[in-house]
Amino acid sequence: MSIHVQSISKRFGDAVAVDDVSLEVESGSLTALLGPSGGGKSTLLRIIAGLDAPDTGTVRIEGEDLTATPARHRGVGFCFQHYAPFRHLTVRRNVAFGLEVRRRPKAEINARVDELLELVGLAHLGGRYPSQLSGGQRQRMALARALAIEPKVLLLDEPFGALDAQVRTQLRQWLRDLHDTLQVTTVLVTHDQEEAMEVADRLAVINHGRLEQVGTPADMYDHPANEFVLTFLGPATRLRGEWVRPHDLVVHRVEDGKPSAGAAEGTVTRVTRLGFEVRVDVALAAGGDCWVQLSRGSAAELGVAAGQRVWVARAETAAPASPAVPILSA
Amino acid sequence: MKRSGWRLPLRFGVLGYLALLVVLPVSTVFYRAFEHGLGAAWHAFSAPDALHALWLTLLVAAIAVPLNTLFGVGVSLILARHRFPGAWLLDALVDIPLAVSPVVIGLALILVYGKTGWFGNWLAARGITLIFSLPGIIMASAAVSLPYVVREVLPVLREIGTEQEQAARTLGAGPFTVFRRITLPNIRRGLAYGVTLTTARVLGEFGAVAVVSGAIAGKTQTLTLFISDSIDNLDPQSAYVGAVALCLAALLVLTILTVTDRRRDEWHSKAAL
Repeated sequence: MSIHVQSISKRFGDAVAVDDVSLEVESGSLTALLGPSGGGKSTLLRIIAGLDAPDTGTVRIEGEDLTATPARHRGVGFCFQHYAPFRHLTVRRNVAFGLEVRRRPKAEINARVDELLELVGLAHLGGRYPSQLSGGQRQRMALARALAIEPKVLLLDEPFGALDAQVRTQLRQWLRDLHDTLQVTTVLVTHDQEEAMEVADRLAVINHGRLEQVGTPADMYDHPANEFVLTFLGPATRLRGEWVRPHDLVVHRVEDGKPSAGAAEGTVTRVTRLGFEVRVDVALAAGGDCWVQLSRGSAAELGVAAGQRVWVARAETAAPASPAVPILSA
Repeated sequence: MKRSGWRLPLRFGVLGYLALLVVLPVSTVFYRAFEHGLGAAWHAFSAPDALHALWLTLLVAAIAVPLNTLFGVGVSLILARHRFPGAWLLDALVDIPLAVSPVVIGLALILVYGKTGWFGNWLAARGITLIFSLPGIIMASAAVSLPYVVREVLPVLREIGTEQEQAARTLGAGPFTVFRRITLPNIRRGLAYGVTLTTARVLGEFGAVAVVSGAIAGKTQTLTLFISDSIDNLDPQSAYVGAVALCLAALLVLTILTVTDRRRDEWHSKAAL
């Protein structure tokens, strides 16, 4: 079901956490609120859940104005960054909590809990306590607990933030699959752009409490609305005053001649190998630096080395420079 | 190796200290109580004044301890879950009974609620007597044992944070359900310990109760007052028996709470597997 927040603002004392944000989340979508830590994304999520009250603005879920509705009547599934497991209850009782509170018949609760534990792969661990689970298992328990009440929307605060890198990658894929199965409208908060681009089908970039841009990951990567979005969503460097992604640049030997009108001359200052890619730092003759991301093959073919004089140019396959991004002098 | 040189003296030092201050005196009281046989002890115990003192002590505890438990949990919740100006003052006020002598607290109660006190006339006009009667004893006992529940529960509340409670709210639980099913189980251990300390303090309180009760034998005399009175009246047998009764009452409370706690411990070790 759709979420519609309109002109939401929230201050904590003198600090502005959310600054006039309006955002529409389509029914069935998986949207990531993306931005640096302390940017107000978690506060916005908590406002949608009813855990914080906005100073101004409205929250609508499926068209219904829920701004004044307490959290417990919103029918929203919320997963906390550290999962907030009920430490004194077993995994089963954790998952059953929302149904027990709703006084559903025992048989129905049991059946539903079985189904959910199966869904999140914890069927064999129902009798354990949260302290006996790994981080990833706790995360899945928290999800099952939130899903038990058949929430209208699912809100996840930094769902992978507390996990180690390997488990995180697995869970991302798992969450994506789960969302495709359940089709429940999901909003997740993350500061990790790679995670957001991998999992979400829509991004909302938030910085200093302001909504910077909303769109699909690919669209925003190629057509960022401003410098912040451009630099936050991926690597960026500047050539002749224009922002460009380093993998959209190519290097030519200076003796091969100027490759194109937009090319700039410079000297390689450093060549760094990072696994399959090679980072080439270039000091430009016109002043300023830029860096180019090459594949191992093309770096070897060129034989780039520090001290070498080169031309740096935009690749022909590069996405056109976004007109929305202001061109700054280098 | 240097450590082993210290270990024995340390161990004996600690045990010796404990023996000199607690074990020896308390066992002497037990010995003296039964020195002239069970019959004599029973005779002293079953005297009306002794039985009344025991009854009164248990009655006071049965009222003051639940009152302070409710108050302590309430104050802890307010201090841990709400921000308001003057919170530090409330926090500090709770500790006053720990810092001030019980005799002073008893005296202060008389000054406010006694016949010549602030509310004296008002209360007398309505036929209410607080001082030198049961209500006064309960008030004094509650006042001196005020901080214990708060000091045990408040740190636990702060440590567990609010996320579990928030999670319960998003799952549809109302305030009372959140407290009963989430908060209470989380603070149970601290609460049990706080209640133990409160009970021990109420059972053993002397100074404040001595001031407000008037210590009328068979009427407003608690066990501690009875013991003191018996010594004054050169009736050591009664004093010893009273002391034993007080110890046993305290022991009973401790046992009940330890057993409950042990059950909790089993739950915890199960959780830690």
